Amino acid sequence: MINIQSLTFGYADHPPLFQNFNWKITRGETWAILGPSGCGKTTLLYLLAGLKFPASGSAQIDGEHITRPRPQSGLILQDYGLLPWSTVRENVALGLNVRKFYGADGKHAPDDFIPKNNIENWIQRLGLGEAADKFPAQLSGGQRQRTAIARTLVLEPDLLLMDEPFSSLDAITRDDLQRLTLSLCEEKNIILVIVTHAIEEAAALGKKILLLGTPPNQNPRIFENPNAGRDGYQNTSDFQDLCRELRNEMQTRSAQ
Amino acid sequence: MKRRDVLLAAAAILATWQVAAMIVSMPILPTPLTVFVVFFKELQNGLLIHFAVSLWRVTAGMLLSALAAAPAGLVIGGSKRLNRIFAPVIYLLYPIPKVVFVPVIILFLGIGDTSKIVIMFLILFFQIVVLVRDQASGIAPQLIQSLQSLGAGRRALFRFIYLPASLPAILTALRQSIGTAVAVLYITELSATKYGLGYYIYYRGSTLLDYPSMYAGVIAMSLLGLGMYFSVDWLERKWCGWKFVS
Repeated sequence: MINIQSLTFGYADHPPLFQNFNWKITRGETWAILGPSGCGKTTLLYLLAGLKFPASGSAQIDGEHITRPRPQSGLILQDYGLLPWSTVRENVALGLNVRKFYGADGKHAPDDFIPKNNIENWIQRLGLGEAADKFPAQLSGGQRQRTAIARTLVLEPDLLLMDEPFSSLDAITRDDLQRLTLSLCEEKNIILVIVTHAIEEAAALGKKILLLGTPPNQNPRIFENPNAGRDGYQNTSDFQDLCRELRNEMQTRSAQ
Repeated sequence: MKRRDVLLAAAAILATWQVAAMIVSMPILPTPLTVFVVFFKELQNGLLIHFAVSLWRVTAGMLLSALAAAPAGLVIGGSKRLNRIFAPVIYLLYPIPKVVFVPVIILFLGIGDTSKIVIMFLILFFQIVVLVRDQASGIAPQLIQSLQSLGAGRRALFRFIYLPASLPAILTALRQSIGTAVAVLYITELSATKYGLGYYIYYRGSTLLDYPSMYAGVIAMSLLGLGMYFSVDWLERKWCGWKFVS
């Protein structure tokens, strides 16, 4: 599904973040990208989202080079990216309205795009019924995140990219939304790629964990974590062991 | 702002005026009561026509400048390249006092309404374009990236982000421009016209030395500015409701 080959990317006047970087993702997988600040986690997400482009090498989804944001990919940013002047309902409908704005041109909206009226379903599904007419400034952090998730899922994506989406939430809301995200991705067979700097979050969410280190990233380490998302997994010794291993590896890679 | 506070402020201004008139005790500063009596009498005696003419000129000048400057500010603020090209031009032209071009513009466009509207347009255009440009260029990149990830291209970004994000700035620019617009209106109506509140105030005060009538004209002009101010406030509450939620 996603194939990154010999990718090199760096910002002007800075050493490259990625050099001859390779990575493969297959359908149905749940990935967490973990690493210290400045290692290129968010940049990698933006490369997948079609918001940044490699200097050399390629990033492909289903065999097609990513040359612009793909209608089937959903991106949720750290601050949720909600329009402050739109209500929850309008924010949830935003992606559909953008697609209606252009029509099914295959570029801004899928070729087979048919406007659906599933906004209310997603508002109810994510427990936003009572907040539907409120503006983002009137919402809690959890409600804002739910709105961002609803806005993305209403477009029925096959790839969900999330950039530290739970970092500003309290522990209970975070656990609740992590569970919700995993179950929705499983139900809809959506690939989830989540960026985080929190080791426990990566271990709780990613069935595969991509660990980035000090740039340039060439050979990232990948951790298999098949039990991620299972009830009670975070209380097991396997989870604690994985967190310890991730922490040690992060320290080793940061020191290099 | 609460309506009660506005009424209290109006009462305080009137009380100050009354006290000042009593202290000065000269025909050049009549009491508010004298002026209000004349004001209502003058309304039936041509003041309303002067008011309507001024209202048309100032509304036309402001609307034209908003309709031209807001899109220009949005386009310039939305593109780093265009901003780089136009920023020095705006930087040079903005501080030039356009009011000094009144005689030149009258020479070019004649003594009708067009020259008066164009002068107001020239002054207001730059105020609005600068405010809107700054607002548009200051939009958080995350917001833009977020919409781009939903498939938005340039046109959709303008429709769904740049325009709504800049609407408060457009209204703020309009609100800030009202005082300037009315002042410019007064200057442009001092010459080459027989209609308008500027002409009315100058003619009654300087030629006829009819001070109560002159002050009636000043009140009419103040009401014109206040009316426009309240209209912009009303539009802001209607179009930018999100700014007033807590």
